[in-house]
Amino acid sequence: MSGISVQLAHRLGAFSLDLGFEAPGVGVTALFGPSGSGKTSVLRAVAGLERCHDARVVVNGEVWQQPGLFVPVHRRRLGYVFQEASLFPHLSVADNLTFGWRRLPQAERLLQPARAAELLGLEALLQRRPNRLSGGERQRVAIARALLNSPRLLLLDEPLSALDQQAKRSILGYLQRLQDELAIPMLFVSHDPGEVAQLADYLVLLKGGGVTAAGSAADLMTRLDLSLARGADAESVLDGFVSSHDDTFDLTWIGMSGGRIALPREAIPVGRHARVHVKARDVSLTLRAHHDSSITNVLPARVVEAQDISASQTMLRLTLDDGQILLALLTRRSALALGLAPRMRVFAQIKGVALG
Amino acid sequence: MDWTTVWITIRLAAVTTLVLLLVGTPLAWWLARSRRWWKELVGTVVALPLVLPPTVLGFYLLVLMSPEGWIGIMTQWAGAGTLAFTFSGLVLGSVLYSLPFMVQPLRGAFEQLGDRPLEVAATLGASPADTFFSVVVPLCRSGFLSGAVLSFAHTVGEFGVVLMIGGNIPGETKVLSVAIYDHVEALDWAQAHWMAGGMVAFAFVVLAAMYLLEGRSRREAL
Repeated sequence: MSGISVQLAHRLGAFSLDLGFEAPGVGVTALFGPSGSGKTSVLRAVAGLERCHDARVVVNGEVWQQPGLFVPVHRRRLGYVFQEASLFPHLSVADNLTFGWRRLPQAERLLQPARAAELLGLEALLQRRPNRLSGGERQRVAIARALLNSPRLLLLDEPLSALDQQAKRSILGYLQRLQDELAIPMLFVSHDPGEVAQLADYLVLLKGGGVTAAGSAADLMTRLDLSLARGADAESVLDGFVSSHDDTFDLTWIGMSGGRIALPREAIPVGRHARVHVKARDVSLTLRAHHDSSITNVLPARVVEAQDISASQTMLRLTLDDGQILLALLTRRSALALGLAPRMRVFAQIKGVALG
Repeated sequence: MDWTTVWITIRLAAVTTLVLLLVGTPLAWWLARSRRWWKELVGTVVALPLVLPPTVLGFYLLVLMSPEGWIGIMTQWAGAGTLAFTFSGLVLGSVLYSLPFMVQPLRGAFEQLGDRPLEVAATLGASPADTFFSVVVPLCRSGFLSGAVLSFAHTVGEFGVVLMIGGNIPGETKVLSVAIYDHVEALDWAQAHWMAGGMVAFAFVVLAAMYLLEGRSRREAL
């Protein structure tokens, strides 16, 4: 039986947690919600750091907790990355990395220290003490240390929140690379829509100690009844494949049924899967395909629904010909002027995309 | 110089420190981590020797170690006779008398450590015992060092308890502090000067070494 199944009922003073969710046993699942929604408590309960009496936690067929059974934390094969890196100050980076690894039976070590150091760019830091590292470096060591425990599930509690923008971007890149190369399922706590959009395949939305929605990230991020699609930073995710590179203009073309999108050249081989992020505010709509526009990326689409998110702005949910969802943020005035209504055929002009 | 007395003093302090490490560590751990409200009452009992006159402690121990006292009954039942005026009795008295000097630095170190390192070790597959030796002991090194040094030095310097329960048997229970007293009583000031001066030098060297080591480990942690 694959998948992550969590049911919790727990009281912590005035705060109570009462929820359940199922998530796929592969890829990245994000627990997303405002502070105070219970995200961290859920993660701690899954790990066994918080002892809930009424709980059931099953990870890819392995029962970690159910009534009458509580597997102690040190017997759960997990990796946990805390908000602050929490490295052992008395150990060098190398010894921090191998702390869990040394305690594993040889046959169960799926990753070697040298490989983990390489994956997270730590080769030059191995002999240092944690107090000689920057915040971003510390967090990378903490992630590598957790990975070396050969976890069946990697739990990350807002691992980027204490870092500056640059370190954040760099670690997001590393996490993405891990996802591509190691395929360890991750449960990721965040309150940052940008992080969620970049990493998550699956989303569990939390509020006040309960689950408000759970589903694929592409779907939940574009549902106009949920908060993620109603902010100024709302974005959609499109899956495609690298169809060609353009040497003349230094572009990479991402193809998908229904059209193609160009972006500044990326070193990805032709044929490889690619995921692009499109901010809703970078999408504008026309009723006819213009060939005299400066915008290269134009995809035919159909309006699904429209919703005013403020007095001046309207969010539109569109489907592309292959069924993928695209969000467009227009001024309410333009939306009215175009006479947009469900089922209408439009052309989405996309000003900028980012590769995920 | 009376080297037998010096030797007994050092042996007493060493054995006491060792026993205190074994007894004081779990006690300090429990005091630092338990959430029971009455743990502070236990903490108070541990701290009592700090404020009680040593003679009070010695008096009660003497009563308890007598053939009719609880301790006396137990040791006799175990075939060990009674402890009053023996080296073992001195160790028992010193352990109780120096208990706060071991427990308080350790408790402080354990409290300062917090939950996080223990949680990290658990998520990395270390059992509680493994965590204690591979994480807690190295991170609380200065607490262990202070506890051991203070217990050792405090035992070397004790007088009242020893006098009450150990008496003054040369080669058996006579320790330095009591010997100094004897020399002064006998107006043998030269001997008293040698011993007292030696004690001052010893205390200074031990405390200075401890503070210097602590200062260095604090600089390393920055």
